[in-house]
Amino acid sequence: MREFLVGPAEAIAEGGRLVVDCDGTEVGVFRLKGRLVAWHNLCPHRQGPVCQGRIYARVVEPVAPDGTTRLLAYDEDERHLVCPWHGYEFDLETGRCQGRDAMRLRPAELREDGGVVYVSV
Amino acid sequence: MDAKPIPAARPLPVQEIDVFTDTREVLRHAQQGAQKRSFQDWLICDVDAHHVETVNWHEMVRYIEDPVIRHQAMLFHQEKTGGAPYGLNGDAGLKYQDVGGRIPHQAGVREPVDDKSVHRDVTLTRRAMQSLGVDYMVLFPTPMLTLGLHPQPEMEVHLSRAYNHWLIDNVLKADSRIKTLAYLPFNTPREAEAMITEFADQPGVIGFCVPSVRHKALHHNDYMRCYAMLQELGKPVAFHAAYHWQDPSLATVNRFLGMHALGFAWCNMVHMTNWILNGIPERFPKLKSIWVESGLAWVPFLMQRLDDQYLMRPSEAPQLKRLPSEYMREHCWYTTQPMETVNMKALQVTLEMINAESQLLFASDWPHFDFDLPQEIYDLPFLSEQAKRNILGLNAAKLFGLDPRPVKTL
Repeated sequence: MREFLVGPAEAIAEGGRLVVDCDGTEVGVFRLKGRLVAWHNLCPHRQGPVCQGRIYARVVEPVAPDGTTRLLAYDEDERHLVCPWHGYEFDLETGRCQGRDAMRLRPAELREDGGVVYVSV
Repeated sequence: MDAKPIPAARPLPVQEIDVFTDTREVLRHAQQGAQKRSFQDWLICDVDAHHVETVNWHEMVRYIEDPVIRHQAMLFHQEKTGGAPYGLNGDAGLKYQDVGGRIPHQAGVREPVDDKSVHRDVTLTRRAMQSLGVDYMVLFPTPMLTLGLHPQPEMEVHLSRAYNHWLIDNVLKADSRIKTLAYLPFNTPREAEAMITEFADQPGVIGFCVPSVRHKALHHNDYMRCYAMLQELGKPVAFHAAYHWQDPSLATVNRFLGMHALGFAWCNMVHMTNWILNGIPERFPKLKSIWVESGLAWVPFLMQRLDDQYLMRPSEAPQLKRLPSEYMREHCWYTTQPMETVNMKALQVTLEMINAESQLLFASDWPHFDFDLPQEIYDLPFLSEQAKRNILGLNAAKLFGLDPRPVKTL
């Protein structure tokens, strides 16, 4: 594994990202709930550029006690990274694919030192 | 000794892909995958890709043959505000394919194009071919795929003929690697026959297309002259699937996911059932039919279903001399997309049942949300290299009479 300097941690704002090329290996670094996470920019479905996709809150459909439904809603606590190729959705915090738990984003090793972010790939 | 400096990562120029992102950037990983697999040496024919013809509708209406309708259409586009494309039926706003903005290239390919020497659609198609590693791309329209439901049969004729001419003049003549299956207005069989005669030898026309969404039975006697002509010419006829929310049999489906999953398979399942049980392959044994954009999982289901039922009621399909599935695997070709891959064992059985080595044709369906890449075929673990080469390009070359040597530069 080789380590690469990504940049100052403060450059990645809450809800933001920085997708970088580490000598041919692409990684996305995201800030979520104050914490940084890093994923390889390869969708496990078909190798799409998942880290360059849009981020959505998970869509839920509340069910009333009588079993009926009325509206859809966003679960703002769970952010999804959506692959722009085919729409596969991944929990930005855990990397899990919605609907297929075994399919996950590949994490990149992340280190923050003195306010600077590094990834190892 | 000094420690080695840590190399700096390079930020990607596009941090978030949107509708304005260049196709080559959206598909950059696809091109890398094509290079990694040495697709330079593989003939790859993409038998189903799309452009959005309504973007150019104001240009296209100038090709309408009828002078009165043409005049009306041109005024419509010059003067009407907030109007849909002139004369086009369809689902208006019921188009949720981009999953609420999650898949931008489905919502719109709005990237800048500087090259003014060719039509914008030529450049966009070239960019897609380059990125996917494709030698030949067969271009289909998009909203016009429900034109078969038009309440005015004559409008299907006006618009489809204008579209065919517009596409040839503006796109196909500019690049011999871009092909089409010319639209046939099947609600008016005499006009469809005239179009076969008119377009069979036009540049880039390698066959004909009948959009599958329609309520006319393909086995009606009115179509037999069309089939005879196509058989004589050796030009395939493709039945291109679509969905539409007005289908009474799908009236209870409320989610687009369900509508798309069923609609694109259902129309071709109905047509195929009629096609086989009425003995079209017996009547026109050399007619080549292609079943486009219904995926593949429906085929083994229908084979099993029709075989079982036929053996109990052969008197109702007296033209058949063999099982329905045998006609389906010898007289019919299928495009791959959207290839169902979650259950690979099921896919393997499907490919065996349809005799994929000779009957299956790669299709990307780019730029739609469920597009496939050539590498999906290349990476299948249960196919021989020859089978992969056939599916990716050689079957299409044989079917359409294309040069089997790769012409692309990756």
